[in-house]
Amino acid sequence: MKPARKQRLILIALMVIGASIATAFALKSFNENLMYFFSTTDVVEGKAPKSALFRLGGMVIKGSVERPGDGMMVRFKLTDFSKEVTVEYTGILPDLFREGQGIVAHGKLNEQGVFIAEEVLAKHDENYMPPEVKASLKNQTEPVLAK
Amino acid sequence: MFLIPNAVVRFFHRMASPPHFYAFTDKVMPWLIIIFVLLTGFGLYGGLYLAPADYQQGDSYRIIYIHVPSAWMSLFIYMVMAISGAIGLVWRIKLAEIVAISSAPIGASFTFIALFTGSLWGKPMWGTWWVWDARLTSELILLFLYLGVIGLYGAIDDKRVASKAVAILALVGVVNIPIIHYSVEWWNTLHQGPTVTKIDKPSIHVSMLFPLLLMALSFKFYYLIALIQRIRIELLQRERNAQWVKAKVLELR
Repeated sequence: MKPARKQRLILIALMVIGASIATAFALKSFNENLMYFFSTTDVVEGKAPKSALFRLGGMVIKGSVERPGDGMMVRFKLTDFSKEVTVEYTGILPDLFREGQGIVAHGKLNEQGVFIAEEVLAKHDENYMPPEVKASLKNQTEPVLAK
Repeated sequence: MFLIPNAVVRFFHRMASPPHFYAFTDKVMPWLIIIFVLLTGFGLYGGLYLAPADYQQGDSYRIIYIHVPSAWMSLFIYMVMAISGAIGLVWRIKLAEIVAISSAPIGASFTFIALFTGSLWGKPMWGTWWVWDARLTSELILLFLYLGVIGLYGAIDDKRVASKAVAILALVGVVNIPIIHYSVEWWNTLHQGPTVTKIDKPSIHVSMLFPLLLMALSFKFYYLIALIQRIRIELLQRERNAQWVKAKVLELR
C-alpha cells in the first residue's frame, strides 16, 4: 500500500474508533434514561420514581386479571418472575393483552403501592408459530411452566 | 493482494473502469430482474398464502414479510454505503464513490418502509403507532443519517468533494448500526427481541421462516438492480465528456 493511502486508511480507522468510543460513553451515561420501562423488581425495591409518571413492564400473571365493579376498570398483577406489582387500568386494552403476555404500562404508583396506569401497551414476544404447534408445545412444556 | 484469488482482483479492477462496468451491467441486468421477480413471486406466495397464521397475532404478523427484510436492508445498505465510501476515500476509486451515494436513496426508502410498516402493525398489536424506545428511535436516526447524506451530497457542487464529505458522514454514522441491532438486548424496549438472528435456533416456525428468507433475498436483488441503474445514470452524468459516452450516444442514433 502506498504511504499516502495507508495514512488515509489509518485516519479513517481512528475517526471511526473515536466516534464509537464517544458514543459508547454517551450511551453509558444515559443508560438509565434509555430503559424504556422499569421492571417490577425495580418498583418493589424502590428504584422507580415515587410521585412521577414512569413505565412499568412485566408479564401479566395467569389468573390475576379481574374486573372489580361494572366499569372499564381492570386490575391485574405484573411479574418479572421474582417480584409482583398490582396494576389498575381504566380503558381499552390492546389486542395482544392477555394473561401470560408481556405488557408495558405508563402511569404512577399510588400510596398503597398500586400502579395506576394511564396507558397499557402489549409487548409482543419474538416467537412466531402456527396455532397447532403452540398447542403441542404447550402440552409438552406445561409441567415446566407450572414451576 | 494476498488471500484473494487473482481472477477476483482482476474482475474488480475491470469493474472499476466506467465503460467496462456499463457494458457488463447491460448484460447481467435481465438476469437480475428475472431472479428478482421469481424470488418475490415465490416469497409473497409463500408468505401471504402458504404460511400458516400465527398463534397469537393471526394474519397480522404477515407484515414481517415486508417489515423485517426492509429493516435488514436498511442496515445492510448503510454498511455498503459506508464501506464503499471508505474505499473511495482511501483509494480514490470513482466507482466506489458512486456506489456510496447511489445507495443512499435506496437505503432511505427501505428505512422508511421499515418504520412505516412497523407503525401500521404497532397500532393494533401494541396499542400505539409510535413509542420512543431504543429500537425505534435508533432506526429513526438511521433515516435522518440517510437524509443527511443525500442532502450533503446535493449541497456541494463539486461532486468529488461532495463524495468525500458524504463518506465521512456515513462513516461516523456507522456507530448507529450496532446500536440498532443490539438495542433490543441492551435496553428494555417495547420492540421485541431478535427472532431469526439469534445464536440459538430461530424462534420462528420453519413454514414462516422460509418465505421470510426468500423475501430477504429478493430485497437484496431489488437493491442490486436499483443500485446498478442509479450507478449507470450517475456514471453517464459524471463522464458526459468522456469518449466512451460519446461513442454510446452515437451508437444509439
